Amino acid sequence: MFHDSYMLTALVAGTGIALACGLVGYFLVLRAQVFTGDALSHVAFTGALAALAFGIDLRVGLFAGCVLIAVLFGAMGPRGRADDVVIGNVFAWILGLGVFFMTLYTTNQSGSAGSGGNQTVNVLFGSILGISSGQAAAALGIGLGVSLVLLLIARPLLFATLDEAVAAARGVPVRLLGYVFLVLIGVTAGEASQAVGSMLLLGLFAAPAGTALLITDRPFVGLAVSAGLGVFDVWFGLAAASFVPNTPTSFWIMAVAAATYAVAVAISRIRASRQKTEKQSTKEQRAAAAAA
Amino acid sequence: MNPGFTWNIITDVQWMWSVPSMVNAFRAGFAVALLAGVVGWFMVLRRQSFAGHSIAVTGFPGAAAAVYLGLSATLGYFGFCIGSALVIALLSRGSGTGVGERAHSSALIAVVQAFALALGAVFLSLYGGFLNSTSAFLFGNFLGITHEDVLTLIVVSLVVLLIMAALGRRLLFASIDPAVAAARGVPARALNILFLVLLGATVAEVSKFTGSLLVFALLVMPAATAQVLTARPALGLLITVTLGVLVTWLGLAWAFFGNQATGFTITSLAFGCYVLAYAAKSARRSFALKAA
Repeated sequence: MFHDSYMLTALVAGTGIALACGLVGYFLVLRAQVFTGDALSHVAFTGALAALAFGIDLRVGLFAGCVLIAVLFGAMGPRGRADDVVIGNVFAWILGLGVFFMTLYTTNQSGSAGSGGNQTVNVLFGSILGISSGQAAAALGIGLGVSLVLLLIARPLLFATLDEAVAAARGVPVRLLGYVFLVLIGVTAGEASQAVGSMLLLGLFAAPAGTALLITDRPFVGLAVSAGLGVFDVWFGLAAASFVPNTPTSFWIMAVAAATYAVAVAISRIRASRQKTEKQSTKEQRAAAAAA
Repeated sequence: MNPGFTWNIITDVQWMWSVPSMVNAFRAGFAVALLAGVVGWFMVLRRQSFAGHSIAVTGFPGAAAAVYLGLSATLGYFGFCIGSALVIALLSRGSGTGVGERAHSSALIAVVQAFALALGAVFLSLYGGFLNSTSAFLFGNFLGITHEDVLTLIVVSLVVLLIMAALGRRLLFASIDPAVAAARGVPARALNILFLVLLGATVAEVSKFTGSLLVFALLVMPAATAQVLTARPALGLLITVTLGVLVTWLGLAWAFFGNQATGFTITSLAFGCYVLAYAAKSARRSFALKAA
């Protein structure tokens, strides 16, 4: 599988992105801010198409769009957190803008509407197998950078997430942390959407983190599990895509991620119901003992 | 064919309505705005924007799959939207609104959405080439509506609205105060499941016209504007529907004369209304503060 160099570049890029997505995603789910991630993945789409329409570098559009809107979301809500309805309104309109840029782009490219459509699909679904080694190195670097910053602020961020009022009273800069976290989401979204596509970014944010939260209540174990699962999903997805020809890599990555999540849901269900029946049986035993 | 916009509104409208597909678009726009407005108002009230958006997005792989298998796109929209609504409703714990429940249910919603999109990527790659319909699935085609489309739209709208009318009072109670409603014997969980299925049906029907990405704008924007303006349910619903219809019609006219995509024009007008309402509210509040 490694005799093709594009597989290696994909692996390098995918690992960096998965690491960042797993760590950022864990807090995203814990803070119930997944909708922000969802919104940003769509903002990435608009940013990329705007860049295409104006003929500037795609990455400028992606990063500028994602980070700007992420900070905007923070500014619009109390304590650096925007309401779901506000997010919904803003990003629905940004999607509309994306459509505007898409028409602009495809009509400017008169005669080659097909390639315009191709670019659009690329932006949406990504092309991890088509990135260059330079892009892969950038993805790895940005991924590691985001992970590092996140781990540095992990402890106070966790405090601020679990008990905002107490954290603020103890002098933790809750608002600032919220903004830093939003910028991290924005950078991750901008980078990840180049490789896995703006549409599947959400899966890498939510599935490993959701699984980790179901498996363990301990936050730092959860962080590690989430990051590890993310990397595992990407590796497994790349391997599967190389063995089954003509299937999109993004699909395999998501299929593995969703399957792991489904197993975790099933296990936590079974555990919960078993606890319930255990409680009931001890109650019945006690009742029987009392009756006797 | 298009004579352009003149300031003589009457001849403009006469000219616009001499095109049969435009007349159908106006008719469909009315029904779509009515349906999406009523269901969207409850969605915004229940803070289920993220669920609504995810269910909307799953319509896209549904349509792609159905067309690939040689079935009608409608079947795909309804199957996937209602299916994902059921998965989200049945797998989320409790009513999905508690603090810990929110984190888990948001992860679940995101995984459902991302996996559905990954499936969409598979069908797209199997389908190969026909990118025009991809764009139609995602961004809709308001201008190719037939009489039959309008008829099925009206039937679906009537069914959904009748059920909403029957449920309305209890759903409102369960949305505003879940704990008290549950204590008074309102089946909150069953209502939640039923509402999400209705949301799925609405989104499936509306997606045929607006596309999977922009249906969300019609659900969230007029409703959010109305809830900024008033907390009274009947008045709020009236404002939502009126605003939705006006915005859709004006957006259609703008798209027709300005040669823009309806997705861009409709979302821009709706977002403008939302921003105005928000500004008016905060201006009034600061004025009231000064007076006091």
